[in-house]
Amino acid sequence: MSTLGFILKRALQAAPLMVIISLIAFTLLKMTPIDPLASMRANPAVSASAIAQEEERLGLNKPAPVQYVLWASNAAMGNLGLSSTGSKVIDRLTAHAGNTLMLNILVLLCTWTIALPAGIYAAVHRGKFIDKLFGILSAIGMSMPAFLLAFMLMVVALATKLLPIGGLTSADFSERDALGQFLDIAHHLIIPVTVLTCISLAGIQRQVRSNLLDVLRADYVRTARAKGLPENKVIYKHALRNAINPLITILGFEFSSLLSGAALTEMVLSYPGLGKLTLDAMLTKDMNMVMASVMMGAFMLVTGNMLADILLKYTDPRIRND
Amino acid sequence: MATAQAPAINTRVSRKTVVRGLWKDRVSRSALLVLFCFYFAAAFADFLTPYGMEFNDPSYGNAPATPIHIQDESGNFCAPYVYRMTQENDPETYKQIFVLQPDTKYPIKLFVKGDEYKLLGFIPGDLHLFGVEAPCRLYLLGADMNGRDNFSRLFFGAQKSLTIGFLGLLIAFPIGIVYGGISGYCGGLIDVFMMRFAEAIMSIPSLYLLIGLAAILPVGMSSSQRFALITVILSFISWAGLARVIRGMVLSIREEEFVQAAKSIGMPDFQNIVKHVIPQTSSYLIIAATLQVPSFILAESGLSLIGLGIQQPDASWGNMLKAAMDQPNELLNQPWLLAPGFLIFITILCFNCIGDVLRDVLDPKLSGGR
Repeated sequence: MSTLGFILKRALQAAPLMVIISLIAFTLLKMTPIDPLASMRANPAVSASAIAQEEERLGLNKPAPVQYVLWASNAAMGNLGLSSTGSKVIDRLTAHAGNTLMLNILVLLCTWTIALPAGIYAAVHRGKFIDKLFGILSAIGMSMPAFLLAFMLMVVALATKLLPIGGLTSADFSERDALGQFLDIAHHLIIPVTVLTCISLAGIQRQVRSNLLDVLRADYVRTARAKGLPENKVIYKHALRNAINPLITILGFEFSSLLSGAALTEMVLSYPGLGKLTLDAMLTKDMNMVMASVMMGAFMLVTGNMLADILLKYTDPRIRND
Repeated sequence: MATAQAPAINTRVSRKTVVRGLWKDRVSRSALLVLFCFYFAAAFADFLTPYGMEFNDPSYGNAPATPIHIQDESGNFCAPYVYRMTQENDPETYKQIFVLQPDTKYPIKLFVKGDEYKLLGFIPGDLHLFGVEAPCRLYLLGADMNGRDNFSRLFFGAQKSLTIGFLGLLIAFPIGIVYGGISGYCGGLIDVFMMRFAEAIMSIPSLYLLIGLAAILPVGMSSSQRFALITVILSFISWAGLARVIRGMVLSIREEEFVQAAKSIGMPDFQNIVKHVIPQTSSYLIIAATLQVPSFILAESGLSLIGLGIQQPDASWGNMLKAAMDQPNELLNQPWLLAPGFLIFITILCFNCIGDVLRDVLDPKLSGGR
């Protein structure tokens, strides 16, 4: 089967998953004893006709299964409805999802560029001081709640006054030129990226280390050493190539767990991402928004796993298509 | 990934070996001792703390930690005492500040009479391990905005935060074990459907699912009802991962001769699963349980932190941290707001250490590159 076929097949497998997820989310929302349009009705900025339109579109007077079909067909066409402030859900959703994606990709990049060398170093120098130090640091990192680290960095930021303590942009953002805006965002990203990187770094570094150690015990590594290859070649050409496969699966899971883990950090640091959007929507009972952002989160997660599968197929020829 | 895990080897490690293994290791021994102290403090919170959970003194809202003096005016050491604090307005900044009133000394006494309580739920008493006399307050970690003692509330918060992990396990594990057991044992279409459902649950980012579930809770609930429902919610999101791993193990165990033998002499399927298959997964389960408790604690505190978990006036470590989230600019002036966060961290660290050592003892093959 071609790679394209493989991708198609995985996408087809993911589709029913999304349907089940949406069913679960929808059932949950239907169980809430709240009128989904209550906040719209209370908002004088939303016209009566808009409310009537929304009622019709959601079919609130119809039984729940019909409502679900209506919601699903609307969502499939890209119409996610209005938020309680009267703006289109899809606009805010894409902006926030973009922010979350940006944060997560940055974190993944930082994590892996640090974790790979650190893990390799620890495996090669097993039992030495640095390895033990890394071991202790990663034990601490794996037990450290992300929000606590976020709070601690906020204290540092407050004390030194070098870093902003929340949000993504300064108040005068729109008045700056392109370079100024870029620098402003980078400045605001330092704390969230550091927090999330430190948290995921710990686990990944240990995985890299233990994978490489497993491989270093294999017969072919002994053979490579026995035939007199330089140690660098043994490690980087023979061992590392094989140690990296399980890591790619982890990369996919990492992406998905970041989505969830980042949500709380976003809320603590009031970073305008999916997590904060969902929470705010939930607190203001903005049901359209909640439904859409939960689906968005799930979609990103499923896509992350899929990407990992596809990557894995590229790097490991032993994976067959079935 | 999960299915690739080897079936539990070495399932029959005697209980003695496990306990000895845990005690022999320096790290896990200290972790056990720390956790014991925490649980002890939570159990006897009423006696160990100077004030009750709901005790408040509005004139002490957001008060800083009470300074303890151990030297008298002439510089000689004496029994520890404190001064009373009063709220005043700073004439320049108009901010509220707290001023010490050095007119009367209030010595810190042992076994003082204070709020009445029922220790462990049934032993009535009004003695507190230490405290000061009435108009003065001893707030070791300052007061929250309602004038409640942060130090005392840490103990009461521990009662919720530390028990929720185990209660959650009691719900999540039976579901996960039975679900995974049935799915793996039956195989075929049932397996496919059951696993797709579990995967769907796992595919919703857990915090989003948590938020969604927590928002369903009706508003006017008693605190114990709310606590119970939050436990149920936390277990609802964590059984699926376990079910998948159990299924993978059961898939290989069901091919073992003793399971087939029991089947061939006509043992009903369910009985066979419970009696022969699931016990084989026990060492994995013990490890998984130890490592699952921290995630429950973390989820509870996360949920309470954003205001959807345990509600005021009840204390939990998560909702005490909410004060830090609501007023981040105060963090520098009131660093003790982060105390519950550090307690969460220490608890999780201890559970993780114990889990690691348990894994080495029970299942040396799983421990990986040591």
